[in-house]
Amino acid sequence: MLLEVDRQLAKVDHAAHTEDLSHLEHVRRRHIGRYIGAAAILAIALWIILAFAHGQVEWSVTGRYLTARAILIGVGNTVLLAVLAMLFGIAIGVTVAIMRFSANPIIKWAALAYVGLFRGIPSLLQLLLWYNLALVFPTIGIPGLFEWRTVDVMTPFVAALLGLGINQGAYTSEVIRAGLISVDDGQYEAASAIGMHRLQGLRRIILPQAMRVILPPIGNEFIGMVKWTSLASVIQFSEVMHASETIYYANSRVIELLFVAAFWYLAVITVLSLLQSRVERYFARGAGRAAQSR
Amino acid sequence: MNPILKAIDVRKSYGTFEALKGIDLEINRSEVLCLIGPSGSGKSTFLRCINQLEIIDGGALWINGQLVGYRRVGHKLYELSEREIARQRLATGMVFQRFNLFPNKTALQNVIEGPTQVLKLGRRQAEATGRELLDRVGLAHKCNAYPIELSGGQQQRVAIARALAMNPTLMLFDEPTSALDPELVGEVLAVMRDLARSGMTMVVVTHELGFAREVASRVLFMDHGLIVEGGSPEQILNSPTHARTREFISAVLS
Repeated sequence: MLLEVDRQLAKVDHAAHTEDLSHLEHVRRRHIGRYIGAAAILAIALWIILAFAHGQVEWSVTGRYLTARAILIGVGNTVLLAVLAMLFGIAIGVTVAIMRFSANPIIKWAALAYVGLFRGIPSLLQLLLWYNLALVFPTIGIPGLFEWRTVDVMTPFVAALLGLGINQGAYTSEVIRAGLISVDDGQYEAASAIGMHRLQGLRRIILPQAMRVILPPIGNEFIGMVKWTSLASVIQFSEVMHASETIYYANSRVIELLFVAAFWYLAVITVLSLLQSRVERYFARGAGRAAQSR
Repeated sequence: MNPILKAIDVRKSYGTFEALKGIDLEINRSEVLCLIGPSGSGKSTFLRCINQLEIIDGGALWINGQLVGYRRVGHKLYELSEREIARQRLATGMVFQRFNLFPNKTALQNVIEGPTQVLKLGRRQAEATGRELLDRVGLAHKCNAYPIELSGGQQQRVAIARALAMNPTLMLFDEPTSALDPELVGEVLAVMRDLARSGMTMVVVTHELGFAREVASRVLFMDHGLIVEGGSPEQILNSPTHARTREFISAVLS
């Protein structure tokens, strides 16, 4: 019985295959959902644009302040603080990551404690703590040799640099540790076998290879850092956010000046993103086509 | 003539596992010593002890009459610093089973890394020697290729050139053909054969009994952390005295 059905089905199938279909028109499937989705997005975009255009935003004010002297100085300070804090963070990060591999348990624990402590406290709070360091250490220096009053040393810039850099170091150390782990043990041995000592091997052989893994997240964190610098406005460091605030306290053009700041953050970060992909290509040497063509 | 390498009662343990239970050995200049034996017998461990990639727990090793890893002052042996160990390693060249070329450097850059960074030779001089060495292993045309662009056999030949660039007195090979496709084994063994003919002192951990028969001046059979027996290739490979050696050789050949 079943066999009979099978045979008939096979016959129909056979007939369909032998019939000439080449003259028939091909009709593509309509994806109606896609049209609806695209239309919805366009509508929302249009709505947002119109809202801003008709809203109480004086665009000419934004345009005028974009290149105001105070704002440009603020942008310069933002970039300076971000770059220095990041370099500081990377220097700490490399050191702490290497400390994590130490055979000495005290050194290992110190590194762990540092990461735990500074990752566990909000950045804004750390900035304020550094700024108010004079309450704990009234003076800084080596007694008898030289000594400064902490309030003189701990300018908004120094406090921001320390706060952001030390905080960043805790995150960066984990990124760098991951990078070091990613390099094959055989590379350490090969470096030793050609007579390199540990630090030399680390610097010449291991770190350059680890960079491939380290760079994408570091680039990400650098971008984060540019934005974290806005926290320094709280302790009166005149980066671009603080500069905008100072102006809008005086002229009440709040949204206009916020757009000025937003524009500059976006501009700086776009440039950074472009730089990142170039640096990544450099460190991808010898890593195969997939890694290089990114 | 003083031996290039001398080992007296060398021991090495990992936790409770004794990898080497007392190795005594002398290797003379221009000797090619092949270490054979089942995996886990301690041959690679012994090689890594010679190069101080592992620190020995007991006994003593000398290379060129110099005590390895320690300095003797009076009746005490003082452990050397990490930098002193690095300097001692210059006497030996090491070729690894998995090549371990630096992937971010070209073949030539791999070869000149040690001479420029460790021996502090000038770049031009190092490059000239490096090109010569790559030519010697038949890869003059691959100077600017990255490891990923080379076959396994070519990578291993670059690794041999890299080790030779440090001008070692003793070359160590840790199963240099075990990670290669069968058709690539020959080119690496050919380079090693040339090297042996040029008078290089070599210790080769290998499963290539044919190579051992042809090139070795002495073959040692190791098992369970000890040298079971040693002698000329004919003696060990054709008429071993120990049952364990016979079993191993017939198992490898079958």
